[in-house]
Amino acid sequence: MSQRSALMGPALRMGGLVLALVLLVVVGVATGGERFWSTGNLITVLSLAAVTGVVSIGMTFVITSGGIDLSVGAVVGLASVWASTLATQYAAQDYGWWVIVVTALAVGLVAGLVNGALVAYGKVPAFIATLAMLAAARGLAEIIAGRRTQVIRDVEPFFDVFQSRPLGVPTIVWIFVVVAAAGWFLLNRTTFGRRTVAVGGNPEASRLAGIKIKRHTLYLYGIAGLTAGIGAVILLARTTAGSSTHGTLLELDAIAAVVVGGTLLAGGRGTITGTVLGVLIFSTLTNVFVLNNLDSSVQAIAKGAIIVVAVLLQQWFAAREKVTST
Amino acid sequence: MVDADPQPTESPAPQRAERTAQQPFLEMRGIVKEFPGARALDGVDLEVRPGEVHCLLGQNGAGKSTLIKTLAGAHQPTSGEILIDGEPVTISDPVAALRLGIATIYQELDVVDGLTVAENIYLGHELASGGVTRRAEAARNTRKLLERLGHTEITPHREVGSLSAAGKQIVSLARALSRDARVVIMDEPSAVLDSEEVGNLHRIVRELTADGVAVVYISHRLEEIRQLGDRITVLKDGRTVAESLVVADTPTDDLIKLMTGRAVEYAFPDRPGVAEDAAPVLEVEDLALGGVFSDVSLTVRAGEIVGLAGLVGSGRSEILETIYGARRATSGTVRVGGKRLRGGVDAAVAAGIGLCPEERKSQGLLLDEPVYRNITLSTFARTARAGLLDEKAERAAAREQVEALDLRPASVERHARTLSGGNQQKALLARWLVHGCRVLLLDEPTRGVDVGARAEIYTLIRRLADDGAAVIVVSSEIPEVLGLADRVLVISDGKAVHEGPAGEIDEHAVLDLVMEGSVA
Repeated sequence: MSQRSALMGPALRMGGLVLALVLLVVVGVATGGERFWSTGNLITVLSLAAVTGVVSIGMTFVITSGGIDLSVGAVVGLASVWASTLATQYAAQDYGWWVIVVTALAVGLVAGLVNGALVAYGKVPAFIATLAMLAAARGLAEIIAGRRTQVIRDVEPFFDVFQSRPLGVPTIVWIFVVVAAAGWFLLNRTTFGRRTVAVGGNPEASRLAGIKIKRHTLYLYGIAGLTAGIGAVILLARTTAGSSTHGTLLELDAIAAVVVGGTLLAGGRGTITGTVLGVLIFSTLTNVFVLNNLDSSVQAIAKGAIIVVAVLLQQWFAAREKVTST
Repeated sequence: MVDADPQPTESPAPQRAERTAQQPFLEMRGIVKEFPGARALDGVDLEVRPGEVHCLLGQNGAGKSTLIKTLAGAHQPTSGEILIDGEPVTISDPVAALRLGIATIYQELDVVDGLTVAENIYLGHELASGGVTRRAEAARNTRKLLERLGHTEITPHREVGSLSAAGKQIVSLARALSRDARVVIMDEPSAVLDSEEVGNLHRIVRELTADGVAVVYISHRLEEIRQLGDRITVLKDGRTVAESLVVADTPTDDLIKLMTGRAVEYAFPDRPGVAEDAAPVLEVEDLALGGVFSDVSLTVRAGEIVGLAGLVGSGRSEILETIYGARRATSGTVRVGGKRLRGGVDAAVAAGIGLCPEERKSQGLLLDEPVYRNITLSTFARTARAGLLDEKAERAAAREQVEALDLRPASVERHARTLSGGNQQKALLARWLVHGCRVLLLDEPTRGVDVGARAEIYTLIRRLADDGAAVIVVSSEIPEVLGLADRVLVISDGKAVHEGPAGEIDEHAVLDLVMEGSVA
C-alpha cells in the first residue's frame, strides 16, 4: 500500500498540474476563442515563457539541493548588457555572432560560480550570498549600460540565428525545449542529478557517504548562473537590445514556477516536468488575462492564489504519504 | 499496577535520611511507557520528598531519559500513575508540568541564545500588561532570583549566548525558580562543568533543598552522588530495581551490581579468534582532537572487532568520526593497509573505510528515497558509465544485499523512512558491503533496534569480520561491547584508560573504570 502511494504520489501531483493547465486553456478558449486557440498565440505564449522557463530549470537544481538563488534576474540583466556593449558588438562584427552568445553565457556562469563559492566554501547562507549578488550584479549592469538600453546593430547573423523559426517554431522556444530536456536528463539519469537530490535530502548523510558536497554545491550555482546567461541570450534575441533592467523580478517568477511544479523548497525532491508545467501555467495565465484586457494587478492576485493553493496541496499530499507509509 | 496508598501517613519508611520531610511530594507508581516496537519503561516506581536530593542511577538505555520526559509532560505514560501531594495527576504537556511545580533542566540546556537573561527566565510566562512587557519588573525579579542562586555577576540584560555552559545552567535554574518549582529535575548537570563550577552547582542544590525544593539529580559520577545525594533510585531495563536507598548506607559496589546484568541476555556469535599473522588493516597513532580526546592509538587487524566502551561524552563517537575524516584531527595519523590517510571523508571512503553513524536518520539515510538508492549512495558513481546512472545495476546490487542481510520487507523500492530501526541499520551496512569496505566503523549499531533484530545485527557484524573486515564498534551498552568485540578499549574523558581482550574484563570492571575514573 505504501509502495503504491510512493509511486502514485508524483503521478497525482503531475496530474493536478496538467489539470490546472487544461482548466486555464479551457478558460482561454471560452473567453478568447480563436484569438487564444491559434498557432500564432500559442507560439507567443511559449516565446514569452522561454526566458523564465530556461532560468527555472537552473533554479530547479539549486532548490532541489536545498538552496535558493535570488540573483538570477539580476544576472540576466548583467549578462545582457555585457553581451550588448559596443565592444562586444564590434568583436561580434569582426569574429562572428557567437561572441555575443559566449559573453552572455560566460558572465552568467562566472556570477553563478561566485555564488556557489560563497555558499559552499564561504559558508554564507544561500539567501544572503545570492541577495548580495542580486544587488551587485544589477549595479554593475547599470554602470556598464550607463543606464541606457543598448541596441544591437549590425550583427545581423545573430538575429538570423535566433529569430529564425525552424519547423515553424521560434529558435528561442527550441532553446527552452532543449534546456528543459537536458535538465530532465541531468537530474534523472546522471550521477550529478543523484548527488543533487541526495545533498538536498540529507547533506550530512551525503557527506558521510563520501559525496563531495562543497564542490557539488559550487557546480549547482554555476548551472543556475549558466541558465541565466542563456536567458539573457533569449532576451537579447527577442528585444534586440541589452538592458540593465532585463530580468527584473525574474527570480520570483522562477521560484514560483519551481515550487508550484512540486520541487520541495526544503530540498530532496525535484521535478523538471513539474517546473515546465509551472512555467506554462503562469505564462498561459498571463496570456488569458492580456487577451481579456484584464488588469495586470488582478493577474498578480491570481498568481499569488495559485502559488498558495499549489503549496497547500503539496503539503496535503506529503502528509498523506507519511500517514500511509507508516 | 500498584495502587498508591490513600493514607499519606503510612507511606514513608522510618529509617530514611533525616532532613527529608515525611509526606512525599511526587510519587510514580508502576509507570509503563511503550513505543512502537519497544517498551522504554516497564514498571518504574519513584518517590521524591520535599527538600531531598534524589539521585537517579542507571546505564544508558535504562529509561532515565524517558522517565524525565514523562515527568516533564513530553511523553504520556501508557499505564501507571503519577501523584503530586498524594493526588493523582495527568501531566498532559510541558506547561502542565510547570503548573504542577515540576521543572526540568535538560542536559542540552534549552535557553534561547539571542534573548537576554531576563527574557529567557520569563519565556512563556512574560510579565506583561496588555501585551507590553514589564521589563523593569522582570529585571528586578531576575536580579532577586540570581541573588538567591548566588550569581549576582550575571546581569538581567546580558545576552544568554555570551554566557558559559555553567552560566546558562544558572539561567535555567532561575527559570525553574521563577515558576515556583517544587521539584527540579537535573539531567547530568555536572557533565558540562569544570570542577569549580561543579562545587558551585552543589552549593546551589543544597540551598534549594534547604528551602524545601526537591531535586531529582541524574549523574554518572558516583563520587558526586555520594557527596550530594540523600536517596537513590536505580533503574535497569526500564524498571526500578531499587527504590529510595539511603546514599550513606549503600556501598558503591552494591550500586554497580544493581545497574549491571541484563534482564534480557543477548546471544552473541562465537569469536573464532583472530589469526596471529593477520595483517593490521587500520592503524591509528596518537590521534587527538583538541579538547575532546587525545593520545588514541589502536590497531585493528583483518577479521578483528575492536569495541570502544565509554559514557556519552567520553569522546568515543568523536574518535570514530576523526578516523573517518569527518572531523579534522589536531594531531596523529591514520593508516589503512599501511597507507597514510590524508584528506576528508571522501579520501577515507576511497581508502575503503565505511561509517555507520550514531544518528541513523539524520546522518545516515535519505529517508524519502528508495532503499536501493540508500544502499548505493556511496557507489552509484562507480556503477555509472560516463556520468550516466545504471539503475539496473544499482537495483541488482541492492537486491543482492537485501537478500544476503535478510532485510525486511525485501523490497528495494520502499522509502527508507518506512523501515524499522533494525532494517535501516541493515541498509546502512549494505551500503558499505556494496562498496567493499576493509574497515567498518559502527557507532551504536543497535540503537533503536528491537531485541529480536539485535542478535541478527550481531551475527552480521561478526560475519563481516570473518570475511576479512576490520571493525570498530562503539556502544553505550557495555555488555554489547564485551559480548561482540575481540578486544576492548575503555574510553574515559577522552583517554583510553584500558585496553585488553574483551573476554578478560567484565561489565562491573568497565563501569568502575568509566565512572570512578571521572570524579569531578
